[in-house]
Parts: sequence; structure tokens; C-alpha cells
Amino acid sequence: MNDLIIIPIIKLLVIFGVCMLFITYTTWLERKALGHFQLRYGPMRVGYHGLLQPIADGIKNFFKEEVVPDNADRAVFLLAPVISISLAVMLLAVIPFGDSFTLFGKRIDLYLANPSIGILFILGFATIGSYGTILGGWSSGNKYGYMGGLRASAMIISYELSMAFAVVSIIMVTGSFSLVDMVAAQHHMWNIVREPVAFLVFLISGIAELNRTPFDMPEAESELCCGYNIEYSSMKFSLFFLAEYTHLFVFASLVTTLFLGGWHGPILPGVVWFFVKTFIVIFLCIWIRATIPRLRYDKVMKLEWKFLLPVALANVIATGVVLTLFG
Amino acid sequence: MDKSEIIVVSRGRGEKGNYVKPFLKGLQYTLGNFFKKPITVQYPDQKTARSARWRGLHRLNLDEKGELKCVACGLCAAVCPSQAITIIACEEAGDTRRPESFEVNELRCVFCGFCQEACPKGAISLTKLYEYVDYSREDFLFDIARLKTTGEKWNS
Repeated sequence: MNDLIIIPIIKLLVIFGVCMLFITYTTWLERKALGHFQLRYGPMRVGYHGLLQPIADGIKNFFKEEVVPDNADRAVFLLAPVISISLAVMLLAVIPFGDSFTLFGKRIDLYLANPSIGILFILGFATIGSYGTILGGWSSGNKYGYMGGLRASAMIISYELSMAFAVVSIIMVTGSFSLVDMVAAQHHMWNIVREPVAFLVFLISGIAELNRTPFDMPEAESELCCGYNIEYSSMKFSLFFLAEYTHLFVFASLVTTLFLGGWHGPILPGVVWFFVKTFIVIFLCIWIRATIPRLRYDKVMKLEWKFLLPVALANVIATGVVLTLFG
Repeated sequence: MDKSEIIVVSRGRGEKGNYVKPFLKGLQYTLGNFFKKPITVQYPDQKTARSARWRGLHRLNLDEKGELKCVACGLCAAVCPSQAITIIACEEAGDTRRPESFEVNELRCVFCGFCQEACPKGAISLTKLYEYVDYSREDFLFDIARLKTTGEKWNS
């Protein structure tokens, strides 16, 4: 009874709570770090150095008026943010946050589920989650939103490929689809050493999948004035926003799990290492956002189809050859 | 043909991949900025220095006896380009001319400082006060009592 219901529920609440807190404060970190990258301060007025800003934003959005445009497809319009956030949060279930430990004589694993196809689960659900973006853009009855939705679908179709091929080479090295096994396989050597090319491809296409700044086609502020979420207000916008940052967190923890040795690390406990590495990857994403302007749409497509995909494919073949000869 | 006459419209294949180094350079530059102190002035908490010639709200100056220096000559009202100053003079026998009412509409004023320049008695001058907010338009019609004590309301 305990093992089946109570422990998973406690784990669920703790993991959900901690991750949501981390994600909420990622928004604060992003605004703050972007500010400092541009010699500004970022949020300063709500709490010490704006520390209560995310909470204030949440409360504000909660009490704002819900607006549904007249020519929106109402059902889909309301459904889109729900798809976005629920599928993003589901991804948290399979991420191994740390080593298993013993509490009151019970062995507790720091993950909610360990399906044998963990990485496929993440790739699949992350892609379905982008339906939220696409449907949100298409259903809002706005041309900017429509363009954003179109671009989102094109981006997802393209960059999913190179991302998957980068993951394939990791699967070949570790010999398992399970994220827990992948972490265990990196006990002695991180995958970034074995697969540096896959790491770069994964990082670039991951940032593209997240629709973050060098590739933020669906929400290009200057050309689409916010793109797919242009007609969304109040809590529905918040859900999109939260889903975006949940995806960022999941992406950062995937990079950690697949390439940076997961929770492995000296001295400190595994969970701390996991969050430190995740934080570093998130910071890297923000850093890149602060540095590079948005690419032109055709160049984004060119980068994927003419560069990343061939490189990822070649990397898979090279990994296969090396594994066959020396493995 | 001389080489300098050739305008290159498309670079060769070899040069096309040359964006890795500028990319890293850019990352280095932004990281350098990250560790620098921001140049933002936290305005309501920190304030920048005003110039000595800053033109803010008006003030009517008093002489040694504590009376208005103003003799209601009307030069300031005449020179004012936005007609913000209204003076009604009062002349009694055996007494100096003085303004009966002196009204400055701070919402019309463009803070050019001409009134200050035109005044022969040095009676009107512009303070350095630039932060003024209030609830109604009437609050910005400064009468004599208000002009004598300009700034006390917001400075306290």
C-alpha cells in the first residue's frame, strides 16, 4: 500500500513542487541575467533585487481578464495552453534527479518513473507539446498568430530530426533507452567526452526546439509581435509562458542527463550536482540569447537541413563504425 | 581589371563557415558585460546631479524685510512665450507697487527661463525642482502664497 500509493504521491508532490519553484525562478533568472548582460539591473523593485517578481507576476496574471477573440476557434483556443503545459509537466516524470537512497528502511529512487523507453517518451511528448504552440497560433484568428503557428510547425518538423539523431548516437554508446541507465553508464566518463559532436548538435537543435532567441521564429517580437501567443491574455498566457520555461528546464536536465553525467559528481550529493549542472545549461541558454540576434527564417532552415542533419547523421555512422571496430 | 574594382557579392565556400570565431567573441563580450557593474541609475533611490542652470519650478524671491521683491512691472508676463504668467498690479499712495495677484500656470510653462532673465528686480527665479505631481490641474496654478514657498510640498 505504502509503496504503491503514498510514497509515489509524496515523491510526486516534492518533485513537482521543487521543479515548479526552480522553473518559476528561471523566469526571474532570465530577466535578471539578461539585464546584467546588457548592463542593466533587471527587476529590482519587488523584494530584494526583484526576488518576489515571479510571484507578483503570477498573482497579476491570475486576476487579469480573460479575453477570447471573436473570430477565434473557441474550443481549440482554450485547449492549446492546456496541451502545452500538461505535456510539458509530464516530461518531469522520467527525469532521474539523483541517486537512490534509503529512508526508514525503504529504498527511494529520485525519479517518478523509469520506463525502458524513457528518452523516446521525452522526445515524443516534447513534440506533442509543441501542438500547443501550433494550435494556439492557428486558432487565435490572428494573422501574426497564424504565421507563428506555421513557423512553429516547420521548426518542430526540422529540428526534431537532428535532435533525435544526436540522441541516437547516445543510445548507441550507452546501449539503453532508459534515462536511468544512461546516467549509470556515465559513472566513469561523461558522454560529452565520447560524443562532443552530438552534444553540440543536441544543444543547437534543442535551443531551436525551445523557440529561444537565435531561433525564436514562432514568437519573433519584431516581425510577428509575439507570434503564436499574441491573442492570449491572463492565465492562458501564463500557462504558455510556464510551459516554455518547463521545456527549458526539461531540456537543460536532458543535456545534463545525456551528456554531463546526470547526477554524478564528487563530494556533494547527486541531487545538488543535478541542479547545479541544469542551472549551468540554463545559464548557457540565457547567455546565448543575450548574445546572438535572431537568424533569418531561411537561414534557420538552411542550418538544419544543410548542416546539422548531415553532421548528426555522419556522427551516428561514425559512432557505429567506432563501436563495431573497438567496442 | 584591377583587383580593387571587383565588388564581392558572394563569398566563397571557404569563408562561409567563418562565424564560429565571431560567435565566441560575442559570447566573451557579453560575459564581460555580465560581470561589469550596470550603468543604470536606480532613479527614485539614486539621483543624478542637476546642472547649476537647471530650470525647474518658479519661486518669488523676498527682500530683507520679508516682502516680495516684485514690483508688478509685468515684464515677465510680457516676455513669457506661453503666456503662463498673469499679474494684477496694486498701487497705493505712499507705498511701493506690488502685485495683488501673481499667478503662474506651471502646466502652460515651457521652462524657458525668460521671466527670470527679464526681471529687473531679481524677483522671480527658477528652482532646480523637477519632480512635481499632484491630483488636479488647479494645483498647478501657483499663486503668491504658493510661489513664496515653492517646493516645500514635495521636498518634505
